[in-house]
Amino acid sequence: MNLRSWFLLPSWIWMWLLFAAPFVIVLAYSAMTRGEIGGIEPPWTLESYARLADPLYLTILWRSFLMAAVATALCLVFAFPAALFISRATSRRNLYLQLVMLPFWTSFLVRTYAWLFLLRDTGLINTALQALGLIHAPLPLLYNDGAVLLGLVYGYLPFMVLPIYATLERLDPSLVEAAADLGARPLTTVLRVIVPLSKPGIVAGSILVFIPCLGAFLTPDLLGGGRTVMVGNLVQNQFTTARDWPFGSAISIALMAIVTLLLVVFLRRESESLV
Amino acid sequence: MRRWLGVYAVAFFAFLHLPLLTLAFFSFNSSKFTRWEHFSLAWYGAIFKDPQIMEGLWNSVVIALWATVLSTIIGTLCAYGLWKHGSRVLTGSLYLSLVTPEIVTGISLLALFQWSFRWLNWQLGLYTVVLAHVAFSIAYVVIVVSARLRTVSPALEEAAMDLGANEWQAFWHVTLPALAPGIIAAALLALTVSFDDYVITSMVAGVDSETLPMVIYAMARRGASPVINAISALITLVFGGIILVSERMREA
Amino acid sequence: MLYYFYYSMANILELRRLVKHFPGQQAVREISLAIPQGSFFSLLGPSGCGKTTTLRLIAGFEEPTSGDVLLNGEIVNRRKPYERNVSTVFQNYALFPHLTAQQNVEFGLRRHNAKDIGRRVREALELVSLTGKESRRPAQLSGGERQRVALARSLVLQPDVLLLDEPLAALDPKLRKQMRLELKAMQRRVGITFLLVTHDQEEALSMSDQMAVMNEGRVEQVGTPEDVYLRPQSRFVAGFLGAVNWINGIGVRPESVRLNRAPVERGAPATVTGSVFLGDCVQVLVKLASGENAIVQLPRCDAAYQPGDSVHLAWNAADEMTLP
Repeated sequence: MNLRSWFLLPSWIWMWLLFAAPFVIVLAYSAMTRGEIGGIEPPWTLESYARLADPLYLTILWRSFLMAAVATALCLVFAFPAALFISRATSRRNLYLQLVMLPFWTSFLVRTYAWLFLLRDTGLINTALQALGLIHAPLPLLYNDGAVLLGLVYGYLPFMVLPIYATLERLDPSLVEAAADLGARPLTTVLRVIVPLSKPGIVAGSILVFIPCLGAFLTPDLLGGGRTVMVGNLVQNQFTTARDWPFGSAISIALMAIVTLLLVVFLRRESESLV
Repeated sequence: MRRWLGVYAVAFFAFLHLPLLTLAFFSFNSSKFTRWEHFSLAWYGAIFKDPQIMEGLWNSVVIALWATVLSTIIGTLCAYGLWKHGSRVLTGSLYLSLVTPEIVTGISLLALFQWSFRWLNWQLGLYTVVLAHVAFSIAYVVIVVSARLRTVSPALEEAAMDLGANEWQAFWHVTLPALAPGIIAAALLALTVSFDDYVITSMVAGVDSETLPMVIYAMARRGASPVINAISALITLVFGGIILVSERMREA
Repeated sequence: MLYYFYYSMANILELRRLVKHFPGQQAVREISLAIPQGSFFSLLGPSGCGKTTTLRLIAGFEEPTSGDVLLNGEIVNRRKPYERNVSTVFQNYALFPHLTAQQNVEFGLRRHNAKDIGRRVREALELVSLTGKESRRPAQLSGGERQRVALARSLVLQPDVLLLDEPLAALDPKLRKQMRLELKAMQRRVGITFLLVTHDQEEALSMSDQMAVMNEGRVEQVGTPEDVYLRPQSRFVAGFLGAVNWINGIGVRPESVRLNRAPVERGAPATVTGSVFLGDCVQVLVKLASGENAIVQLPRCDAAYQPGDSVHLAWNAADEMTLP
């Protein structure tokens, strides 16, 4: 066996043991029955998948989809100008990029908690507004869809900035100059030339934001209270309190199917590889 | 146009950083409420007096170190192996592991562990957390090291072999030194990713293997507390510092 | 193919019916060559002709599809690069960036656990005139200096054959001319067989004891520079080594043609269409009676020819190239 095979051996072990095997087990569990005290029991059944069709759960799936889509769209709108700014900066580009990534690489939990701190009834925003006399009672800023959306956008904004920036950086500047030369005003140039040409970055960023948002757990859990239940919360619930592993597995499989589909679509479009 | 972009950029960066800065700011507030009283380090002191926090911190550090060492080694070897000759299956698995929602990774690993416990008669503990962290960190390491490998010319290893080095010696004496900054950057990344993880850890941790994020989460669920502010500020500082060092290494 | 009978004992390197196919490409169709020990041998050809692949087959980076590579009479087809006593100077030098010049040169010696490394490295650096720059890293050396390090690194191992892959391509023109002389002198001094791969015919002509002209995976002709230039055996070789005028099926090189105002016995009538001053010579462009265009290269002091002038081209029989 040559050197390369030896080097890849640990990765293959990882792949089979910690990646494929868990997935296969979950797949198997999804087609079994819930035991009395919450274990897994023999009779093979597709009952869990059938339950997914219940309007209650379909609503949760749909709402997760919607939340992720809205969060992605918002990220796109907010990230694009920032990426444009950085790509046009003549100096200190790396500094700006680091400034964008820095919050992301510090703790996600901390960053989610930051909004908890700011939005709650006795949080900074309410206290400040009351102190300024603008409101008399605290606004219910927390524990609703809006707070979760805010948390998601805040959490994944950098994931949208970087791919768009990468594409903009490679943009041929003479195209922008040509547009100006032909009479386009700056905003038109952006909308009609730059945005279409940054499609690869937009697609990449959208996938990188949409998928984690779809499977989000922490954000809806901390910022949504019990009211905003997304797929991630549902799954976690099945494996802890509800102790319905088959059902939780079925939801996970469904989620993974969507995610894999999106990934395949994404990989088809992107010729450049990360690995 | 430039002006508007500049204004927007300021607002953008403010939006990104102000929440954290505010958190840190109020961690020095002696009052529990968001009205400023006076400067105090009491909450920082409380961190070190709380045995649960300290134990969580210790566990997190131990787990992160183990996970980092293991995932960096495996990931580096993997990146090198793929650089020599690709593998669609392995590459696809790495991509998939990256995009799998954390909760799914968490429950699938939990399912794996519980299933194997039927025969092994073991329990969830620190080691299961380490295994889980290694599982999801490898892809990150591979990406960072692969990026670095792309700057290394294959002719260098050929030259080494031409001069008498066998495949292993070519890797050890020529490619590895060229990779070093990338490996360090990858390790630092794996470190922060492991330290910060809540979702996966919470699913596979044992009864007495609580990590710092789990402690923070429990506290946050009970309601905000300035102690969390203080911990957050410290974490941000340390992580931020580590990442800046890592970026320097990547650019080296 | 017959040539190797002549040198059977003195050949340090032999290629026997060497073939290399890649998926979708036949890089080397069949090559047989014999390279005498101690010679400066060149492989000349356009890009894509298979010369670099041939080099890599000799070095051990590729395995032949069929045929044999023989070093010192031994078949080495399956041997790894580090098991062959052959060393390569890469086109972009492939110097190890994290090592100093000295450490680069030491590298091969250390792998072989050689004795007396210090002295040998010093001598190698002296040979390439780099004493004093040992502790510099490649990034701190100029292009020419890097090439010398690459040479020293390979030569210090005293290989049976030194392979050079377009070694002068990355240098600027003036340096290139100077390095040609130096390389040639170096080879004479150390006596090691040099095998040079290039697409530049001037390089091959000026440095080689013998050269092989390659085209589309085959060797079209092997011989001394004079052989190949003055007595090409195919139109391709004739055209690749220099400019050729094809007049009524006969090839004559521009510098072999003279211009006369009066008709000549062995010649062709033509009309001047223009002239180009090149500094050291003048090229007169003519159109023959048959309609073909030709170029005549004349020394500078000759009379000026104006477009429209009637002239006659003349040349010696010995300079004619009749080729299929």
